Amino acid sequence: MSESVLGEEVSADTVSADEVAFGETLVELDGLTKHFKSERGYLAGLRFKRDGTTLPRPTYERTDVQAVDDVSFEIEKGETLGLVGESGCGKSTLARTILQLVEPSEGAVYFKGENLAELSGEELRSKRKDMQMIFQDPQSSLNPRMKVGPIVEEPMKAHGMFEEEAKETDKSAAELREERARELLEKVGLDPQHYNRYPHAFSGGQRQRVNLARALSVNPDFIVCDEPTSALDASIQAQVLNTMRDLQEEFGLTYLFISHDLSVIRHISDRVAVMYLGHIVELANKEELFENPQHPYTESLLGAIPVPDPRKAGQRQILRGDVPSPIDPPSGCRFHTRCPHLIAPEEYDLTDEEWNAVREFVRAVMRRTFEANSEEQVRERFFDGTHPGGDAGDVVDEAISRIVLDEWETANELLQESFVQPSICASERPAYFVEPEHGTGEHFAACHLHRDEPQTY
Amino acid sequence: MSSEPLLQVRNLTTQFFTEEGTVRAVDGISFDVYEGEIAGIVGESGAGKSVAAQSIVRLVEEPGEIVDGEVYFKGEPIVEFEEDDDGDLAPTDAMLTNEEMRRNIRGREIAIIFQDPMESLNPVYTVGGQLREFIEINREVGTSEAKAIAVDMLREVGIPDPESRYDEYPHQFSGGMRQRVLIAMALACEPSLIIADEPTTALDVTVEAQILELVDELQEKYGTSFIWVTHDMGVVAEICDRVNVMYLGEVVEQAEVDDLFHDSHHPYTEALLASLPRPDQTVEELNPIEGVMPEAINPPSGCRFHPRCPEAREVCARIHPDNRDVSEAGERTHRAACFRNDAFDVGYDESPPLEMTAGSGFSAGLTGETDAEAESGGEAE
Repeated sequence: MSESVLGEEVSADTVSADEVAFGETLVELDGLTKHFKSERGYLAGLRFKRDGTTLPRPTYERTDVQAVDDVSFEIEKGETLGLVGESGCGKSTLARTILQLVEPSEGAVYFKGENLAELSGEELRSKRKDMQMIFQDPQSSLNPRMKVGPIVEEPMKAHGMFEEEAKETDKSAAELREERARELLEKVGLDPQHYNRYPHAFSGGQRQRVNLARALSVNPDFIVCDEPTSALDASIQAQVLNTMRDLQEEFGLTYLFISHDLSVIRHISDRVAVMYLGHIVELANKEELFENPQHPYTESLLGAIPVPDPRKAGQRQILRGDVPSPIDPPSGCRFHTRCPHLIAPEEYDLTDEEWNAVREFVRAVMRRTFEANSEEQVRERFFDGTHPGGDAGDVVDEAISRIVLDEWETANELLQESFVQPSICASERPAYFVEPEHGTGEHFAACHLHRDEPQTY
Repeated sequence: MSSEPLLQVRNLTTQFFTEEGTVRAVDGISFDVYEGEIAGIVGESGAGKSVAAQSIVRLVEEPGEIVDGEVYFKGEPIVEFEEDDDGDLAPTDAMLTNEEMRRNIRGREIAIIFQDPMESLNPVYTVGGQLREFIEINREVGTSEAKAIAVDMLREVGIPDPESRYDEYPHQFSGGMRQRVLIAMALACEPSLIIADEPTTALDVTVEAQILELVDELQEKYGTSFIWVTHDMGVVAEICDRVNVMYLGEVVEQAEVDDLFHDSHHPYTEALLASLPRPDQTVEELNPIEGVMPEAINPPSGCRFHPRCPEAREVCARIHPDNRDVSEAGERTHRAACFRNDAFDVGYDESPPLEMTAGSGFSAGLTGETDAEAESGGEAE
């Protein structure tokens, strides 16, 4: 091969004037929001309210799935930002919204300072050259009827690459593209001779490498990786992760790396964002986030992962309950319905012990995790020696008597009204910065436990 | 754990007869499960761990077939082979019939939990109804009594408000809750052994932690033994007592969980552990195992791991290591199939090191059939 067509091997000092320098903001999200209509059709929002005495009253209300809600952060050029969260938290929707594959409901995405939402269709199409995506399932993201060479060439063709260059050389654009495809296959650790093979002849890890080569073919700056190694075995995952790192160094790539696997996130990321039910709850440097987590949800996640070391077994911390529905999600901090550190409403004067007992009781009633035969039994189970006095005590007594009468719903409503809704956690959405213990980067933690700390940022 | 093992597996061999050839999915594995312990089977996809689990309860699907070996459960022969007059292997007369397996063993004595709870539950029947029917059939009790047991079991596995959830359908349950229902179903007949095939793989980590805690509690309460099939070394460390590591149809290492992680005797186990990113510490450089696991149709000669093994010697490609006790006197039993251990006397130390044939690239180990194009595709240069 005469001359490398891979070209532009970027490094910090070869950045041209209009390019973003390493360490500067490449992608910026400003209040990005995506709500889906949960029902379709003209009459979908129609509801009939029955109160038993009169005819049903029709009302009209549409319920939206709040998949991503007011998310703001920046991604610096050259870094890997890890985005971690459980299934249904909105991380994939966020990725697709950033790339404008789905239109945001509100907010803006700036790529190299340009608001992507304001671009016309054609302008956006040509911008896609700079922003690529890799999906979880390496099988279904490759056309089984195309050979891997043409698969890698497809984006180059779509963006008309090498059309100009071809005029200056004796080769056609197609030949130049093939040359580049072969070089890329080699770069991602495949044999360039596999150019003519179909995807089915490759293993899962190798297919993900083909996906990598395809994403790289148009020389992107930014690659969104949506669970790229989740379908792979451990030993193969390590191979692909190493390759991704090498490529990042070589081509100066910026990754948004989405995963549910905290171990992978810890390995690959520079900074990590934790997502829960459409909100970013914590964002910090990797070391800071894993060693000094400041959001109770992050703590629960870290406490739940099984560590591959039996000497560290049995230290897990169990988060109770299920994730609430993103249709009508909890108010304020969305984690407050499960949070082990829910803050007591100010109007009660309770000791920590008393509040812990009350909180556990409120949750147990909400989830109906116990049987109630007598008031004494319930009291003994939850308030043995810590029964709160004053207004709080009156509410608890009332709730206990309701439960024994099997009026769980009434008891639950009473407790929620008295102890949960007045809490700052349910009324205000938190957003604080805390002093980092590891490194100097910003540490964002959306938890009201930090409301009294000085906000230096 | 001093008494007779609850389950004895000896030389169990299951093959799939396909058009491409005979797939030796499980190739002569042996292990024991004692009362009250959780035995792990760990390996990557394609190692044969699920087929091994299915073979134990004789649920291997066509074109698969158990062709050799013995499985004894409480002394009863679930699988037993002998040579017939022609010298061919055939099941013995004593081996339990399919009817006996269905009536007396599966569900009652050995219960099974699969990975995808949605596939194990019928979507058109209520959760409670399915559980009740299962209890009615297997415990021979009346409908109302079975319902009472079902509600108790649902409460036992942590399903809130079991009386009203009893009448709900599977789709109204979350993934974690469905897995709890399956655990309730498995426990309902108070079996001695539960085989769990990747039961938490489809779940989120916080839900997985809930299920693992539940299993711990229930195991303590009922003393049930488990065979826990998983690919996740973290889960193994968390709940297993003893572990069998499988590679390409064989058990290559067998040890108490602490010994396996801290005193591995097989390079595959070592390499697998070294390739894992850790949640509790930052690993700067991962050490992947080179290459991919070959297909079980035509496994490598000698030790099946030798093409990917960093410690392979010439002898490893020639002789097949059996799985033998490598523990020193006074230590707990620890079995491994690797010539590096002193228990083997095949001249490993004198044997010249082998160039790794898997190579660092991915040129080796394409999974598909070879084609002429690739052979002649040298026009790249």
